[in-house]
Amino acid sequence: MRDRPPILAGLALFLLVATFPVWYNVTARTSAASPVLARAVGTPSVPAKPGQCVAPVDEMRASHMVLLRTWREEVVRTGRRAYTTQDGRQYAKSLTGTCLTCHDRKTEFCDRCHDYAGVTSVCMDCHVDPDARRAPR
Amino acid sequence: MTIDRRHFLGLAGLSALVAGARKALPLAARGPEATPAAATRWAMVVDPQKCLHADGCTRCFAACHARHNVPSIPEPRHEVKWIWRERFERAFPSEQNVFLEDGLKGKTVPVLCNHCDNPPCTRVCPTKATWKRDDGIVMMDSHRCIGCRYCMAACPYGSRSFNWTDPRPHLASVAPDYPTRTKGVVEKCTFCEERLATGQRPLCVEACPEGALAFGNLADARSEVREILRRRHALRRKPELGTQPGVYYGV
Repeated sequence: MRDRPPILAGLALFLLVATFPVWYNVTARTSAASPVLARAVGTPSVPAKPGQCVAPVDEMRASHMVLLRTWREEVVRTGRRAYTTQDGRQYAKSLTGTCLTCHDRKTEFCDRCHDYAGVTSVCMDCHVDPDARRAPR
Repeated sequence: MTIDRRHFLGLAGLSALVAGARKALPLAARGPEATPAAATRWAMVVDPQKCLHADGCTRCFAACHARHNVPSIPEPRHEVKWIWRERFERAFPSEQNVFLEDGLKGKTVPVLCNHCDNPPCTRVCPTKATWKRDDGIVMMDSHRCIGCRYCMAACPYGSRSFNWTDPRPHLASVAPDYPTRTKGVVEKCTFCEERLATGQRPLCVEACPEGALAFGNLADARSEVREILRRRHALRRKPELGTQPGVYYGV
């Protein structure tokens, strides 16, 4: 076992290099800044009507994409257009007609988290961006 | 008891035959798929005599295209259209009488997706982005369209358009509550299904100042369209193809 020292040295070197990003971040005390979400009512990311969303905030943050995808399939493919929330309120399943009437600032509402999470959404490739609606064309 | 090779093969063949027959017979007994009579079958009856297109009226096209964010692209190869005009002889190539009656000769008729009973476009779509609804509308789901254009090749009426470029720069104004399309998807008339869902008639029908477009439910014997079809002889485009179009032209 005369090879033991070089092997161990090589392993140690490999571990050091492989875990370098972790050490670097720990020692430099850097971390990506979380998106700042305004929580006060009436500010851009929290629309003017609190408690009026189709689902609780936590649920929407975690799984709005599932909800939107389900709505999309149900409206386009089966024609079921009405949505009843868990507490019995009725909404039209519509991105532009329901969601965007309150959440009317894409750059501040959608993009902040999507940019942070590295998510690209294609919704506004076709559906008309509320920011663009306000801008005079 | 012993079994020789000849007997074994014979038995194996017989059991395969029985197993196969058990699957095949019920299918054969059922015969051609019996379609339940739908309660709704949306259809349109066009009256070419009433249409004022010769006088320059384009209100039905304008209303439809403005509402549905249909771009007007000058380059003909990239043209996108939901409802447009066609010369009578071109719209009805099987009605090629040498001496066509004066009322039809050189006349243009509005043409749009025929919402066929047997739509060839839906059969070829590999992703089911287009399909036939129970109420007769040939529906389009742009979310699922992969832009293969098989449906365009299949449609005998040229009712489908492909977005070769981003359509948004070609929109004079954007109707915010209806989506635009994006580069790489096919689009066509949907009989204003978003309006039918709220009990309204299609836009082209409402926009026509002469009432040249009638719309209604073919399954309802008392509907306006059935009433017209009882009184007048009506043509459909390329009936020899067996697509059973849902757009009729009274002559």
